[in-house]
Amino acid sequence: MNRKRQSEVVSKLMDALLPVFAVLAALAIGAVMLIILGANPIEAFGALLEGAFGSANALADTVVKATPLLLIGLGICISFRGNVINIGGEGQMIIGALMATALGLAFPEWPGLLMITLAMVVGFLGGAVWGGIPGALKAYFGVNEILSTIMMNAIAVQLMNFLLAGPMIDPVQAGKASKIPQTARLSNAFDLPRLIPTRLHLGALIAVILAVVVYILLWRTTLGYRIRAVGQNQDASRYAGIDVKRQVVLALLLSGAFAGLAGAIQVFGVNHRMITDGSATGFTGSAGFNGIVAALFGQLHPLGTIPASFLFGALLVGANKLQRVVQVPSAVITALNGLVVIFVVSSEIWRRRRETKRRTEATFEMEIEELHPPPAQDLTANEEGVS
Amino acid sequence: MTETQLLPSGKPIISQLEMLNITKRFPGVIANYKVNFDVRSGEVHALLGENGAGKSTLMKILYGLYQPEEGQIKLDGKEVSIHSPVDSIDLGIGMIHQHFMLVESLTVAENVALGLPSSRGFLTDLDKVSERILELAEIYGLQVDPEAYIWQLAVGQQQRVEIIKALYRGAALLILDEPTAVLTPQEVDEFFITMRQMIDDGHALIFISHKLHEVIEISHRVSVLRDGQMIGTIPTKGATKSKLAEMMVGREVGIKKDRFETDTSEKRLVLENVSALSNRGTPALTNVTLDVRSGEILGIAGVSGNGQRELAEVITGLRPVTGGKIILEGEDVTGLTPKQLMNRSLSYIPEERMKDGMIKEFTVAENLILREHDLEPFSKNGLLNLKTISAHSEKLITSYNVKTPSQETMAKNLSGGNIQKLVLAREISRKPHTLIAAQPTRGLDIGATEYVHLRLLEQREEGTATLLISEDLDEILALSDRIAVLFEGEVMGVLHQSEATPEKLGLLMAGVVE
Repeated sequence: MNRKRQSEVVSKLMDALLPVFAVLAALAIGAVMLIILGANPIEAFGALLEGAFGSANALADTVVKATPLLLIGLGICISFRGNVINIGGEGQMIIGALMATALGLAFPEWPGLLMITLAMVVGFLGGAVWGGIPGALKAYFGVNEILSTIMMNAIAVQLMNFLLAGPMIDPVQAGKASKIPQTARLSNAFDLPRLIPTRLHLGALIAVILAVVVYILLWRTTLGYRIRAVGQNQDASRYAGIDVKRQVVLALLLSGAFAGLAGAIQVFGVNHRMITDGSATGFTGSAGFNGIVAALFGQLHPLGTIPASFLFGALLVGANKLQRVVQVPSAVITALNGLVVIFVVSSEIWRRRRETKRRTEATFEMEIEELHPPPAQDLTANEEGVS
Repeated sequence: MTETQLLPSGKPIISQLEMLNITKRFPGVIANYKVNFDVRSGEVHALLGENGAGKSTLMKILYGLYQPEEGQIKLDGKEVSIHSPVDSIDLGIGMIHQHFMLVESLTVAENVALGLPSSRGFLTDLDKVSERILELAEIYGLQVDPEAYIWQLAVGQQQRVEIIKALYRGAALLILDEPTAVLTPQEVDEFFITMRQMIDDGHALIFISHKLHEVIEISHRVSVLRDGQMIGTIPTKGATKSKLAEMMVGREVGIKKDRFETDTSEKRLVLENVSALSNRGTPALTNVTLDVRSGEILGIAGVSGNGQRELAEVITGLRPVTGGKIILEGEDVTGLTPKQLMNRSLSYIPEERMKDGMIKEFTVAENLILREHDLEPFSKNGLLNLKTISAHSEKLITSYNVKTPSQETMAKNLSGGNIQKLVLAREISRKPHTLIAAQPTRGLDIGATEYVHLRLLEQREEGTATLLISEDLDEILALSDRIAVLFEGEVMGVLHQSEATPEKLGLLMAGVVE
């Protein structure tokens, strides 16, 4: 029994370390790529680590980069648990940012704290609307949410490009010939407070607190219970009297809301104005997609998404430094990111298989204990007598 | 065996097939352990066992779908290896699956020819196939029209097609996996005539069934498997139902249940001319008029697919009615949502418990509050009350004897019987005024079935009005106070328990009204 418990501890430990091994394996392949490109991998990864964690500033940048990933990841935890696939994080983030920015530009004289609070709320609501629309389309008209959320991304980008080039354009730019599509800088009073004298802002703290809130939402509230129930089995939910359509809308709406909040925080905490290069990535840095990866890496658990986002934030920040130091094409960074994702996701599948196997064995052992000693021996003799 | 005997189909007989010391393991489970089994030409050998006893594993090994880890298979004394159904068919082994393997939109001949090489290369040879089918039909007395489409055929006829399909492929030994489960009593009688003729002709038949009286009626020998081990093989002559049940379960099974007089004064659930459509938009229920009284069990008998599912769904608010009224405790509840009906003390044990009755990836505790998670005391102001939920599930696990490592175990890790106990616990512990139980024991073993029956009778005594939908006539007859028969969505008649016999019900189930 003791040995069994020991092996149990070992295999639990293995599970916990598995993602770490996966990252190391991905980096090992990355090292091969770097060698082929003529770069020294030790130097390169040294630069990556230094870029991500080397100083207070580096660490702060990592956390700042991780913040939108975490917020969007939290939304993903909700929608994926509800079996609703939200690929619209990019668009929802943009809409949240646009609405919060518009508010900030419209009332530059308002007190900072009031404006910050309201801007966060408005960003949250903007994302909720942008997520709620495909949610309602799915629930009531059967429109595939993967398609509709991607379409909504495209609409959001064009809306941003239009607004920043016209109605919301910085008056200074409006007078110039170049007309860079950007808004005016928001009032300094609206900047999110810095936590320490680095670029680290209040948004990171908000995101971590919200991770706990989402955890409570999913496992301690009736709403979370219903969303998870519908996500796992619509039939049983319907039979039990749960309004399935409503939960589908809510799951996508909440998911969008967190992305919208990420957008508002990105503007008020980092950029302090909106500017577009015509693409969504120009504003979001692909957080709408990377947030999905972070949430999956965190096993769709809000608390697991915190370290997962941090890891991806570190990769993004560290990779910039790596590229500068060893002078490799930026595609290497993208490839490195991809490798980490592939290895981590694969290791997760492997972990699940091991878990399933352990579970069936545990159940079996329980059943064995209940069984009476098998009567095979004497009855075989009996059988021979009969036939 | 000096000369090879031939079957009417022209194929050689299998005089004896032996499975020796067969062992098969699955991750964490020993499905078969040193099992010995044999069947001879001219006999029906029945294979009995509870769910999970290893019957289907053993038969799948024989049919080549699984490979045993140990043991050998001998055909007429010679060892053979069967790696796939192709091998077993070559050896003359055929299998009639419980769920027919027929393509509905194809004709009988096309289904029989499916997967076989054509004698004309790339062109079909359906005319030859049809000819051969008619020949076989003649020899075995299995009336089928080769040109008919499968969807046009009744279930009993479809089964004949399956048998012809096996005979066409030269089967000398047939594995019949619960062949009577889908038949009316009359169809079962016809089927038995076919079986008797086949053994007279020299076929060997393996008959798998849950129904002990059928086993006693048709088989020559019975083998009983329990927990993957062969408990014994006995001649059917002299075997009794209770003896066989005891061998299956490993203890004595009390079949006797006391029924007490109950107060049936209140018409608790009334259906007036209720009509509804099936998922395909065709009429599924037509002018159904029924009433279920307090303290009684109203059984709904009928062959599968005659509107039972729709009936349950209409009453529980899951399917809209296209006409008629539903009255619950004196109030018109037509068109109310499942939730509203549930709040009027209506409970429902759905037919497909794995799909509709519970959530596999939820814990036992979470599943137990599926219906009432948003009501006090399980939650307040939108927050779940985990302590109450935990205490509640602890209580139900004990009182309903659910075997689970803990209340935090995922429901998917429980056995079928324990999952049904879970659903029962959830639906009955609410002390419902009205209970709809759809196929509550389908797929359960004897022990679990017995348990469900006791709980249903207990509800009856507590005054619950129960609508029991079941395709198992024995169950209907054992539990019901009154029995209504559904045929093609219509109520063919309502019989009192004392006047109901399998024969009378069987005729009604086939749509025959005297």
